[in-house]
Amino acid sequence: MNYFQEGFVWLNDPLNWTNPGGLLDRLREHLEISLWAVLLGCAVGWPIGIWLGHRGRGGGAVVTVANLTLAIPTLALLTILPLTRLGFGKPPVVVALAVFAVPPLLANAYTGLRQIDPETRDAARGMGLSGGQLLRRVELPLAVPYLAAGLRTAAVQVVATAALAAFVNGGGLGEIISAGFGIGMSNGGGGQIVAGGLVVAVLALLVEALLAVFQWLVTPRPLRGVRRSRVAAAVPAG
Amino acid sequence: MSFLSRAPVPAWPLAAPTDEGPGNPWISWRYLHDNAGALLSALEYHAGLTARAVILALIVALPLAVVAYWIRPLTGPILALSGILYTIPSLALLALVAPVVGTTTDTSVLIALVLYALLVLVRNALAGLTQVPPEVRDAAAGMGYGKFGRLWRIELPLALPGIMTGLRLATVSTVALVTVGSLIGKGGLGDLILGGFRNNFFKAEILAGAVMCVALALVLDLVLAGLTRLLTPWMRERPS
Repeated sequence: MNYFQEGFVWLNDPLNWTNPGGLLDRLREHLEISLWAVLLGCAVGWPIGIWLGHRGRGGGAVVTVANLTLAIPTLALLTILPLTRLGFGKPPVVVALAVFAVPPLLANAYTGLRQIDPETRDAARGMGLSGGQLLRRVELPLAVPYLAAGLRTAAVQVVATAALAAFVNGGGLGEIISAGFGIGMSNGGGGQIVAGGLVVAVLALLVEALLAVFQWLVTPRPLRGVRRSRVAAAVPAG
Repeated sequence: MSFLSRAPVPAWPLAAPTDEGPGNPWISWRYLHDNAGALLSALEYHAGLTARAVILALIVALPLAVVAYWIRPLTGPILALSGILYTIPSLALLALVAPVVGTTTDTSVLIALVLYALLVLVRNALAGLTQVPPEVRDAAAGMGYGKFGRLWRIELPLALPGIMTGLRLATVSTVALVTVGSLIGKGGLGDLILGGFRNNFFKAEILAGAVMCVALALVLDLVLAGLTRLLTPWMRERPS
């Protein structure tokens, strides 16, 4: 428990929060990177998932994509992307994280549109709705809970994975942990490592809780009681 | 502590081969040839750590799933706990475990890997067990099977597809997750990837590590898929 006490002592020092490169700076960086990654993931995953779900095709492809990304180590993308045209800095980190945000967004969007009762769809068509109207007025509103579930899974995953950006000096809260290892365990770095780990873990749990509330809020009242399993649960950040 | 040992960056690549065209190619056969031993030992370590983690996790997960299955009130708490643990980032978990266990061995990486694999396995094994039709359970009870006999002869075999799905998911994600262990220099192929990045962005080493990592995951997944087919002959006729 010695290291945990040191960790709390480290967290209790206001300077560790307000210093340049301290917790607050890193937290802001972490959230910035995560936000852009999730936005990019949504911009790619949702249109494709919604389109495939609307057409009712490509379910196998969605599953394959989701399974393939599971095998790619985050570290590999984080190190390879800066050496491509993206250059160093934030863009490669954002893209690398977005790659892992796409599968849950895609899979949930696809399932959200596929789970709609075919009779509902037939009724809408019978009322004379065109394909686009059907999508906008019937399918998308009914798929909102699933879209929110996908967003929650993806966001938690991105916030968790963003800590790994420190491996390539990409900023974020992982830098606190890596700086602790730089100080060295015997020189009091252990406390900082534990403190960094705690902050990252708490942040991930907070995001999960906040988005769970968000998901509950956007779910229409009659559907709230229904327990539905999430299509693609978050995978540990590899 | 390879993570932070940043030497001053030399002006020229240290290990990038000079006689293979200009600069720093993504694929360098010369690098692969000259470092075959190091690459293979990293692959061996990576595969070994994955195997140890998944097998340990399976040994713990099956009894847990059976307990959750037998004692229904425990199902909720076990799954909720798994959800919370699953949300904790791997780097954070490693940062919390490593100082306590020490960073000279790979024990801390192993603990983190087992915890993550555990949760996938418990969930899928439990899903497999709860999918056993009640009629089948009643029939088994009617034939005189006791609690353990029924579990061993009826329920576990019927839950095998679920268990194997969990095993495949756990194995693939564990292979990818081992690379995070390079935080303390125990990342197997992850050490290669990070080492290449530190070594003045030696692309051939980075790509070799990454490709071997993905290939290992895919090969293990295929092996387990084949094993599933062998173990569940009754599933073959039905296209699922």
